Amino acid sequence: MLPTFSYVRPTSLAQAIRELSSPGARAHAGGTDVVGCLRDGVYSADKLVSLSGLAELRGVSRTASGGLRIGALTTLAELAANPLVREKYRVLADAAAAAASPQLRNQGTLGGNLCQRPRCWYFRGDFECLRKGGGTCFAAEGENQLHAIFGGESCFMVHPSDTAPALTALDAAVSLVGPGGARSVPIDAFFVPPERDFMRETVVEPGEIVSEIVVPPPLQGARGCYSKLRARGAWDFALVGAAVVVATRGASVSHARIVLSGVAAIPWRVAKAEELLVGHALDDATIERAVAKAAEGATPMSGNEYKVALVRGAVAEALGALG
Amino acid sequence: MSDQCKKGGCDHSGVSRRGFLTTMGVGAVAAAAAGSALPATAEQQKASAAEPMTIGLSVNGRKHRLAVEPRETLLAVLRERLGFVGTKPGCERGECGACTVLVDGVTRYACLTLALEAEGHEITTIEGLARGEELGDVQKAFVEEDALQCGYCTPGQIMAAEGLLRANPSPTLDDVRLGMSGNLCRCGAYGHIFKAVERVARARREGGAK
Repeated sequence: MLPTFSYVRPTSLAQAIRELSSPGARAHAGGTDVVGCLRDGVYSADKLVSLSGLAELRGVSRTASGGLRIGALTTLAELAANPLVREKYRVLADAAAAAASPQLRNQGTLGGNLCQRPRCWYFRGDFECLRKGGGTCFAAEGENQLHAIFGGESCFMVHPSDTAPALTALDAAVSLVGPGGARSVPIDAFFVPPERDFMRETVVEPGEIVSEIVVPPPLQGARGCYSKLRARGAWDFALVGAAVVVATRGASVSHARIVLSGVAAIPWRVAKAEELLVGHALDDATIERAVAKAAEGATPMSGNEYKVALVRGAVAEALGALG
Repeated sequence: MSDQCKKGGCDHSGVSRRGFLTTMGVGAVAAAAAGSALPATAEQQKASAAEPMTIGLSVNGRKHRLAVEPRETLLAVLRERLGFVGTKPGCERGECGACTVLVDGVTRYACLTLALEAEGHEITTIEGLARGEELGDVQKAFVEEDALQCGYCTPGQIMAAEGLLRANPSPTLDDVRLGMSGNLCRCGAYGHIFKAVERVARARREGGAK
């Protein structure tokens, strides 16, 4: 049985923001993460504010400039099946289709996928870890097979989302609405690394919700895909994933994004490997040079050195699919 | 449930195993309800911010009005309040698929769905696939292909198959494997489950049942 909480389902965004401004209130979108966290005591809630009555936060449409506007309540299944997303933003369709299981994709939303709490077994389990206000990250000395190989200093969680690296590779922006009004945050400023603040994963303030995700128009000649490596063929989090977007002008690469999942507390951009692609034809030799740099700077722990090889494999697989 | 049950006039007069089980379920609910009618303690009063809300739930084409607490999951309400015990509790954390139901024709885990969130949507459980005692085509295919051993995960598997086939009437074997990946079977009957799903897809395409 879940602990007790009250429940309200507003019919307007303004009402939802008002309800969320009371202490102890939490937003409920698809519910797949919130219900699990409440059941496991990861956090508590005095009141759940259901967003499911807000039709305006649902659906995919074109922006005036030819980009995409994705309502935060759009489900991962809707996103994966959307013809516009599949045709012009394959990296995002791939990522949405690779997340979780069919049932969870039918229920889970894009906004929720970006805002979900870490899956670290110490954070989810009965441990007063750093991120829960304790003094220690237990993964540093403990079981860390699934933890970070980049950027881990205080907390070694990895961000669990597949869509986050895809949206980062697409240079998307996240729209937030709260008591202070609306604001737009570039996605590379949306996630908070542990060295900045290990108590939060995103810049979403109390009382704020993600309202939509805006993706710019695809660059001329751009294509992309998401390669997800996991312990089994379906229904698992990424051990390592690579979201890539490459645009070519003539014979050579004019723009490249390589963003990893499963390796850091935030979607992890590999700028060095990107630079090695730009100005060259996307052939085997170029891909090999980029792959060689993809895991540079990794600092694996006792149990996750295998991820270094997986990073090279995921990047090689994703770029190879575009070459 | 017999046709009489479906029309709402079921008297459970000792016919089928299903009827018997349903009667037992109702008994358990009545006992639980009697327990909750005791005077509330101070502790319970304090929790009254989370007081029950009366909602209408549409299950297998029939409306039910009942008061549910915000914290009650659809799984708990279907089984313990409405007697639809075909929907199984397994992991109760969205990992095993035993509790799979259709909400507006699309599969979901009932264990991760608050009952209040299902208000205004059409819920289909395994009981809704049969017509009285006559099994639906997916159920029959599971029997014919021997797609189960212990049977506990089977209602969830069948609901996942129904959802998959509604979304994709002509799945490849890979589509079936991915489409059924949200449901675990500890007996390992996967090969037969996939055959059963393919059999229904074939039969439906050829204009068979349904």
